[in-house]
Amino acid sequence: MQDSIEQLSNIVREAGRERRPLCIQGSGSKSFYGRVVQGATLDVTPYRGIVSYEPTELVLTARAGTPLAEIEAALASKRQMLPFEPPHFGAGATLGGCIAAGLSGPRRAYAGAVRDYVLGVRMIDGKGDDLRFGGQVMKNVAGYDVSRLMAGSLGTLGLLLEVSLKILPLPAEELTLRFEMAEREALETMNRWAAQPLSLSATCYHVGVLSVRLSGASAAIKSVRQKLGGEVLQDAERFWHSVREQQHEFFESAKNLWRLSLPSCAATINVPAIKVSSQQLIEWGGALRWLASDALPATIREAAAALGGHATLFRSTEPNDEPFHPLTPPLLVLHQRLKKTFDPHGIFNPGRMYKDL
Amino acid sequence: MKKHELIKQMLEILPAEAVLFEQEDLKPFECDGLSAYRQVPMIVALPETEQQVREILLLCRRENVAVVARGAGTGLSGGALPLSDGVLLSLSKFKRILSLDPLARIARVQPGVRNLAISEAAAPHGLYYAPDPSSQIACSIGGNVAENAGGVHCLKYGLTVHNVLKLRACTMDGELLEIGSEALDSSGYDLLALFTGSEGMLGVITEVTVKLLPKPELAQVVMAAFATVADAGNAVGEIIADGIIPAGLEMMDKLSIKAAEDFVHAGYPLAAEAILLCESDGTPEEVAEEIAKMQTILSRCGATSLRTSANEADRLRLWAGRKAAFPAVGRLSPDYYCMDGTIPRRELSHVLSRIDELSKEYGLRVANVFHAGDGNLHPLILYDANRPGELHRAEELGGKVFELCVEVGGTITGEHGVGIEKINQMCAQFKSGELQIFREVKLAFDPSGLLNPGKVIPTVHRCAEFGRMHVHHGQVPFPDIPRL
Ligand SMILES: Cc1cc2nc3c(=O)[nH]c(=O)nc-3n(C[C@H](O)[C@H](O)[C@H](O)COP(=O)(O)OP(=O)(O)OC[C@H]3O[C@@H](n4cnc5c(N)ncnc54)[C@H](O)[C@@H]3O)c2cc1C
Repeated sequence: MQDSIEQLSNIVREAGRERRPLCIQGSGSKSFYGRVVQGATLDVTPYRGIVSYEPTELVLTARAGTPLAEIEAALASKRQMLPFEPPHFGAGATLGGCIAAGLSGPRRAYAGAVRDYVLGVRMIDGKGDDLRFGGQVMKNVAGYDVSRLMAGSLGTLGLLLEVSLKILPLPAEELTLRFEMAEREALETMNRWAAQPLSLSATCYHVGVLSVRLSGASAAIKSVRQKLGGEVLQDAERFWHSVREQQHEFFESAKNLWRLSLPSCAATINVPAIKVSSQQLIEWGGALRWLASDALPATIREAAAALGGHATLFRSTEPNDEPFHPLTPPLLVLHQRLKKTFDPHGIFNPGRMYKDL
Repeated sequence: MKKHELIKQMLEILPAEAVLFEQEDLKPFECDGLSAYRQVPMIVALPETEQQVREILLLCRRENVAVVARGAGTGLSGGALPLSDGVLLSLSKFKRILSLDPLARIARVQPGVRNLAISEAAAPHGLYYAPDPSSQIACSIGGNVAENAGGVHCLKYGLTVHNVLKLRACTMDGELLEIGSEALDSSGYDLLALFTGSEGMLGVITEVTVKLLPKPELAQVVMAAFATVADAGNAVGEIIADGIIPAGLEMMDKLSIKAAEDFVHAGYPLAAEAILLCESDGTPEEVAEEIAKMQTILSRCGATSLRTSANEADRLRLWAGRKAAFPAVGRLSPDYYCMDGTIPRRELSHVLSRIDELSKEYGLRVANVFHAGDGNLHPLILYDANRPGELHRAEELGGKVFELCVEVGGTITGEHGVGIEKINQMCAQFKSGELQIFREVKLAFDPSGLLNPGKVIPTVHRCAEFGRMHVHHGQVPFPDIPRL
């Protein structure tokens, strides 16, 4: 079992010596995300457990193999939460996978992303060295912010051992309101409301219905509710869970699932080839648009770029060589140099994000 | 390369008034907010377009001349300290707010725009830029990004890194980079996080796109006085344990209280050992609920008096003392040295009593101002540079405080950066493998190493030297560094 740093470090050293790629794996809940990696599977789930959790410090540190569910339960028992509401996509989802994938849930547009809550990491680099960056305090500008860099790097820069996160109290109360409206109006409304102090904590638009979650002190929720009107959604928790975990019926489509990350005010996607073949679900106040679509990747990427954002082929019906939006040449060079810095032998999840990375 | 040859080439890029090289013109640029370190640069360049920045960098790269970027020069760690044979690149002419979109809640600004100017421009739309360093009337947004600046409201609203969407920057190789986007994320690695807080060592920032937030309807502050620092520290923990994230949560100790009171007459209780300023913002209902809760907790934790702001003017008066704490303390002594450690909050009383002991040991007064909510400590060491040896003693005391912060699991710098000031302590906070990663990250962006060289990341040699001076428990620190 790979349950000590020394063992993990030895595995990495040996793989480095032999230039043998490793496919770092937690529970495998997000294995659909990104490119396929050829390499020996390195199971990191045995390296698990909450290292420290002090509610009054608003900081939790856990080993990367710790199930997210375990962390969330510990937090909930103290009325606290992971503010970025990460999707699990599987019962065994681990903290390490959550950080490496860098995916955030419905609260993201209002509370921040995974990377915003990363305070520090302990990791093994490609030389097998046990390194720490950041720490367990809220503010830390000593050296480059390597720990946030790990969020979303898909395990291509190192083997995460421990992660420290800032956590927040659970809101005293939540309430979800629903409104019927057309897409254009919904986009405008979500942006207009976000510019006012209305305690928004999630938004979702799908087939003519805008759902808006409010979080905060009960007095505030009451007054915002009066201001906005709308209809109260019962069992809202289940609804937001289904959006977060992609169990909502929208996600049952047999088409490719595209994730478009756009400026929140970006117009309705108006490319005929996309419109005729796609369904859409909008989150994050307009900044996240899911498309179930048969349109050609190039068409979707162009449309996203024209609107000032990018497109990811999130779940694809058949293996795809380029799930992530291509980088501009100067950024690609920087990515390659950073990869070389952290993983000189190219053994960590090679190609998971981009072909030559 | 000869100075006047470089000037000649510089003048092909910039108009004559934008290239400074006479001693008297260079003098104002000799230091930033850390005035103990001074160095006049060889040349100061004052470009006003991105293309000029790029051409200057390409010229310097070609001629192998080092470049230091400078915003408003309010930095407190010597990050913008010039080099005698280098070019100081001032961004002070980049003063335009390029666009502000109230519906999308973003502003695109040039790097030399002052922090406060963004909030002022956003105010008519009911919006503001949240990170509010005490230096916000003067410091530039480019400098804020370079330092990942924080402010009294960052416990609730985040640091610079949480409030920036996109950067344009030029590398030392003249490559123009677009990092981040107006969307909430971008493909690839999070270079935006890496760039934020990189202290002008990875590239010169030429444009910043920031998030704007809706201004809370109401803000109110409670000031609580305590008979001991420990009681005040405990109250901070209790407020947070109750599920409250105050908009601001600041602590001042007796010496800072007195200094601030003498300076701005905020109505602070002079007999208190510590005060807390606890702010709540939001809808009027929210604020009423939260203030009531905080009052209860503060009383329960032994507050000897409570005062809640009655109106906006009153609230600003209560904050005025805190915001002016540095200059106020500055009036107590010819010079002061501002520290910036962050510690786990539970260590507060221990750290403050240790600092008190060190203060006595070194015969120098220390005033403490503290972003209590997030554990960021600003001990201000008072000294007189004209008295022989005092600066040296102040620095030594400072070094001890840095090490104390690391010892209790904290960091040497929460928001002011490493710069030149804390470069030795980087050897105490990081192992050689970690420092080596920093060096290589630097080289990934700046292979020539000409951009702000000698800052932030100590050389192997420097750490070995530093280690020799600080032998702990009879052991040689950093045994893994080759000592040749
Ligand atoms: C009285 C006082 C109070 C302060 N309070 C706070 C506080 O509450 N919170 C806080 O965080 N800080 C505070 N500071 C510190 C300082 O104001 C901040 O670090 C600020 O962000 C520096 O901005 P600047 O424009 O003055 O940068 P400078 O001092 O000019 O430069 C700082 C660093 O940034 C680099 N840099 C500047 N511009 C660019 C650019 N365009 N591209 C690349 N690199 C660049 C420089 O090379 C240097 O390394 C305070 C300082 C003072 C004097």
